[in-house]
Amino acid sequence: MINRLFHQLFKHIDSFLMVCLFFALLLSLFVLYSASGQNFSRVYAQGVNMLIALGAMWIVANISPQNLERAARPLYALGLALLVAVALFGVISHGARRWLNLGFMQIQPSELMRIAAPMMIAWYFATRDGKPKASHFVIAGIMLAIPVALIMKQPDLGTSLLIASSGFYVLFLAGLSWRFLLGAGVSLLALAPVFWSLLHDYQRRRIEMLFDPSQDPLGAGYHTIQSIIAIGSGGAAGKGWLNGTQTQLDFLPERTTDFIFAVFSEEFGFLGNMLLLSLFSLIIIRGLVIASQAQNTFCRLLAGSITLNFFSYAFVNMGMVSGILPVVGVPLPLISYGGTSMLTLCVGFGILMSIHTHKKLVAT
Amino acid sequence: MGAELKNYLHEQYYFKLRLGVAGLFFISLFALLAFRFYYLQIDQYTHYQTLAENNRISLVPTVPNRGLILDKNGVVFAHNFFVYTLEITPAKVANLENTIAELSQLIEISSLDRKRFKKFREQSHSFESAPIRTHLNEVEAAKFAVNHYRFPGVEIKSRLFRHYPLGKLGAHMVGYIGRINDKDIDQLKQEGVFSNYKGSDHIGKSGIEQFYEQQLHGITGFQQVEIDADGHAVRVLSSNAPIPGDNIILSADSKLQEIGEQAFGNRRGAMVAINPKTGEVLAYVSQPAFDPNLFVDGIDSENWKMLNESIDKPLINRPLRGIYPPGSTFKPFVALAGLEAGKRAPPFAITDPGFFSLPGSSHRYRDWKPSGHGYVDIQKAITISCDTFFYGLAMELGIEKLTAFVRHFGFGRKSDIDIKGEIEGLLPTPEWKQRRFKQPWYPGETVIVGIGQGYTLVTPLQLAQATAILANNGVAMKPRLVNRIENALTGKQVNMPALVQDQIALDPKNIDIVKRGMIDVTLPGGTAASVGANASYSIAAKTGTAQVIGIRQNEKYNEHAINERHRDHALFIAYAPAEDPTIALSVIVENGGHGGSAAGPIARKVMDYYLLGKLPAQEVVSNNAQAAVTEPPEEELHD
Repeated sequence: MINRLFHQLFKHIDSFLMVCLFFALLLSLFVLYSASGQNFSRVYAQGVNMLIALGAMWIVANISPQNLERAARPLYALGLALLVAVALFGVISHGARRWLNLGFMQIQPSELMRIAAPMMIAWYFATRDGKPKASHFVIAGIMLAIPVALIMKQPDLGTSLLIASSGFYVLFLAGLSWRFLLGAGVSLLALAPVFWSLLHDYQRRRIEMLFDPSQDPLGAGYHTIQSIIAIGSGGAAGKGWLNGTQTQLDFLPERTTDFIFAVFSEEFGFLGNMLLLSLFSLIIIRGLVIASQAQNTFCRLLAGSITLNFFSYAFVNMGMVSGILPVVGVPLPLISYGGTSMLTLCVGFGILMSIHTHKKLVAT
Repeated sequence: MGAELKNYLHEQYYFKLRLGVAGLFFISLFALLAFRFYYLQIDQYTHYQTLAENNRISLVPTVPNRGLILDKNGVVFAHNFFVYTLEITPAKVANLENTIAELSQLIEISSLDRKRFKKFREQSHSFESAPIRTHLNEVEAAKFAVNHYRFPGVEIKSRLFRHYPLGKLGAHMVGYIGRINDKDIDQLKQEGVFSNYKGSDHIGKSGIEQFYEQQLHGITGFQQVEIDADGHAVRVLSSNAPIPGDNIILSADSKLQEIGEQAFGNRRGAMVAINPKTGEVLAYVSQPAFDPNLFVDGIDSENWKMLNESIDKPLINRPLRGIYPPGSTFKPFVALAGLEAGKRAPPFAITDPGFFSLPGSSHRYRDWKPSGHGYVDIQKAITISCDTFFYGLAMELGIEKLTAFVRHFGFGRKSDIDIKGEIEGLLPTPEWKQRRFKQPWYPGETVIVGIGQGYTLVTPLQLAQATAILANNGVAMKPRLVNRIENALTGKQVNMPALVQDQIALDPKNIDIVKRGMIDVTLPGGTAASVGANASYSIAAKTGTAQVIGIRQNEKYNEHAINERHRDHALFIAYAPAEDPTIALSVIVENGGHGGSAAGPIARKVMDYYLLGKLPAQEVVSNNAQAAVTEPPEEELHD
């Protein structure tokens, strides 16, 4: 009886993904405890965030892919409307207009777009007949470009690029021609100076710092220098939990959020890093497997995009903290402190689970 | 249906192909990360480990206590004490002016304090605290403590201050410390001891404080402190206690020093007393003096201006850097030069007509006694300071021989005393004159060197040292201000050795003649008979007068008619007891007039105290002293 109830309750939860998520979230709490200077209330708050996010994941996992597909257009429209609202009435904080004050809470519409944009494009390709034509890619490209442009204007370069990449993954998986990809790659390189001129000063500085952080060791280069020192000084096995000097003595900036990986790296060393990379790899591989086994175009494209997007976040964050990518405000998925990104992530995993667990029902 | 299935399978195939490409993309980028981690954490581990350690560990210097400076009986010339200071860390204060204004309502802050604070701030970083007020009393400290919350970035600290309890006494000998400036830093770096000055604010700037800086400073200790990113110390990892500086014990006696200084009254001049047997400097007077306490904290501009621009030049270290023509105090050395050269040995004598003329010249080098001294041998020439005798002797010796001989007595060169800044004075030679003025040496110039005039310049220290060498029968002891050095921790004392600098080969017979001449100087009939009056020990001495401005030939010198500043300098050298000297000294009273009457009594007071422990009687104006045989000015320097 209890077994059946349990089965009913968790039949849409993918156990493999769930175990991976469980370990990642547990790790997050430990690292956060250390990174926050052993502030238990921080850990508690993140625990609450996780429960909310897992609850949302459970709900989404129980929604059938067909209903998700139906929700694609309204969600995208809502997302766009909110982004426009942000541009018009958004709250400015830290020099960027990213938040929308709803009176009772503040929301960040760009987070919604992380899911809505790939969904919309996946829906678009799923509803075209036969082999996608070039015109389809152009239209899909425009669908993607609008929210990306709005978010870039906020400005939030990191999120806009990651949303662009999640949309791009859909296009790529939908069969964007290699010739176009090559052409786009070449023209991107050619247009690099134009993009450069469009960037804000602080964004440019961050890219410059990547090549030589010592240029401005107490200014723009400080974050990178200190996080690289933290990672490097972690050595093979790390300094041990709660023993990272860079962390505990406040040398690391933003160490519960964007730079939490440096904390982890310093305290758990190369071994810990390899374990975390492996854990992330397992999640990504599982996502790719789910995508490959998905039954229709919408599910395939969406599952693939969500999975690859998770990878992008992980790579960009670890790349920036370890000094091979410029500093953009991207948290480390599953580990960084923060409710919104946790929620978005788990909704994504919920979609993956829905896609995976509903297919048999549909097939039979 | 079949085509659709085929199409579906085809689509799935392409999708999986694309997914495979994406998988390769992800694996290769994760591999890139793994390599990056390997590079940072394994390959470059040591490098980053070091950087992290440097980040977190800071060496905080613990400044050692500076050694004390004591007189030979343990009287303190320089010590340290803690005072409460009110300090502001400029980096932590939003509006410095407002903060100071508000503070001044609570605690008195003078304009001098403000100036000092400004100066302090200019010399330090904004995150270092600088004192706005020093020497807070307990009431003030309590007042601030109550209001502390209103003043973030302001705190009460205690600083170790150098203090010279005797003030002006011995200031030129003891010297002072001051804030370390860029020049000091360069110097310290050059000497390779800069690391020992981390945390030190002060350094010896003059006198003993400067010369014995290394011993006085001690060795800076260090605390290894773990710091956070804001630089706050979190905990002490290890510490290395500082080693306090050594205590310096002078050869001088503060009481003797005081007697010497007081004997000058408000006259300017210098006095150096040396123990001829050991080279110990017993007293080192430079008048007027200054209060070294003014310099410790950085002297304010008013006081500086006052001291620096004063016509009395209180900052000049006269024994070391004051140069004066030796005048007649030079004569004993000239006499000895003559005797050693086989000239003028008794019973040789001259009949002094009151002047000397070079062969074939009508110019007269006059004696101070216009009528002449009559029959004069070498001993009497010293006793009565007969110019005519020495004119002729100098002429016969020749300038080279004369200067070469007296150089042995320390004239014209540094004495190597343990204080910096000594100058050489001047023993003129024809080569020197050629170099300096591109002019030949005239015989007349040799003549006046015989009575210590002309280009000849000596410092009071040189004169005292020469007297000491003479008193010690030609054995030159290295003059030294410091008697011994005491380890502040163990109390173990190390004596500074008495060093023989030179041993002049002199015929005892000749020394005896000169000494007898000098003893007679303080006996009735001598030029300083008043100095020797009622002395229970015998004094050998020589008076001297050095001209400040030239007076024309045949013009009469009238000491009352000319400006006080243009009066002659009074000089006096002496040693006692004459049979077995333990003190030799030189006294110079600037614009004092006559050596015997102006400088002699100072010497007598010093010797009385040193030899008999006798304190000088309250100053009684004695006309008898004035009535004694005194010495009018010497002849004009140049024709």
